[in-house]
Amino acid sequence: MSGNVITLTTANFDETIRSATTPVLVDFWAEWCGPCKQIDPVIREIATEQAGALTIAKLNVDDHGDIAMRFKVMSIPTMIVFKNGEAVDTLVGARGKAALLRDLAPHLG
Amino acid sequence: MTTHPHRNVIIIGSGPAGLTAAIYVARASLSPLLIEGEPSSTSDQPGGQLMLTTEVENFPGFPEGVQGPELMQRMRDQAARFGAEFLTEKATKIDFSSHPHRVWVRDDEYTADVVIASTGARSLMLGLENEARLIGHGVSTCATCDGFFFRGQEIVVVGGGDSAIEEASFLTKFASKVTIIHRRDKFRASKIMQERALANPKISVRWNAQVTRIVGEAKLSAIEVTDTVTGATDTMNIGGLFVAIGHRPNTDVFAGVLDMDDNGYLVTQPGSSRTNVPGVFACGDVQDHTYRQAITAAGSGCMAAIDAERWLEHHHGSANK
Repeated sequence: MSGNVITLTTANFDETIRSATTPVLVDFWAEWCGPCKQIDPVIREIATEQAGALTIAKLNVDDHGDIAMRFKVMSIPTMIVFKNGEAVDTLVGARGKAALLRDLAPHLG
Repeated sequence: MTTHPHRNVIIIGSGPAGLTAAIYVARASLSPLLIEGEPSSTSDQPGGQLMLTTEVENFPGFPEGVQGPELMQRMRDQAARFGAEFLTEKATKIDFSSHPHRVWVRDDEYTADVVIASTGARSLMLGLENEARLIGHGVSTCATCDGFFFRGQEIVVVGGGDSAIEEASFLTKFASKVTIIHRRDKFRASKIMQERALANPKISVRWNAQVTRIVGEAKLSAIEVTDTVTGATDTMNIGGLFVAIGHRPNTDVFAGVLDMDDNGYLVTQPGSSRTNVPGVFACGDVQDHTYRQAITAAGSGCMAAIDAERWLEHHHGSANK
């Protein structure tokens, strides 16, 4: 089920972002955030549909607050797109699948 | 364009009103389609305003209280149990001018004999410059989502109703100090919530005051506050700004078709959920700016379901022609 979605931690974050061969969408989330739960199925669907074009990863801000702080995340869900290890786009707030795909379109080559 | 099988009932919106209507309609074997909305960080989302709250203490049947999102999940499960079908999208267009009623989700068309409008209300913003740009960077629409990031900081909550007081109380778990800014000299919130908030040593109140400017480049740094009595202004350096100044009904999609009052709330005929269009019923906060409680929304959702069932009984012959 979650085979397509990478779980990021403080330990694997930099290596995963740097070595990815596609853009990486990192979803910063937490258990207590309602809108985060609502977008989870949406990004999992996108992970399956865009396999090979986009890598999807999730970072729990409760467990790995240091990474959230490094990218100045102050609201969740925040989704940051990384290309070649660099943050290139930040999407703050939950949205539906159509809207998310529209926002991601520039990064899907 | 895709046209889908005709339904007895389409329900638009999935807060306590829409889900209660769905439970009743589904249980009457009328297999409703619930167009429940799409994910959002505002209250305009599946499950509605309760998705952004924490503890609900006054919903009957939960003596220990229940988390808002959990209550909504339970209502949804209950509607699903009786066969309600869910579409996690927003209704984008309607046509109630002929029978059957038509509802679109983008290019997909759905038809039904009866439509129940339960699209609820969403939070108002201040409408100040920089506000929209700084959402997620110090300005927040969701205290339960973002409170965590303001640990040890001084923050401001704007508003004087139940949601403002609830947010302020919740945010004291994280913030070092919470100031409630309210434009009047007393709160609209219920007495028990006011007393609890005012007794909290981390909460202070600035009465007769309005936020008139939001300042910040990459993130919020300060706000300007104007005293509504004297007109004097001052600056508060804060890390977070939470806006809870009231609600606006989600009725844009019904504009020009369903009767509304001056504030955009749908008008229903007294003692019923009937709108001005036969076979279209309204329930919940979209038609109620007075009570606005989960339980009153649920109650009016039940009314709409019963009105819908009776309407279908009476019109069954002609409805299927």
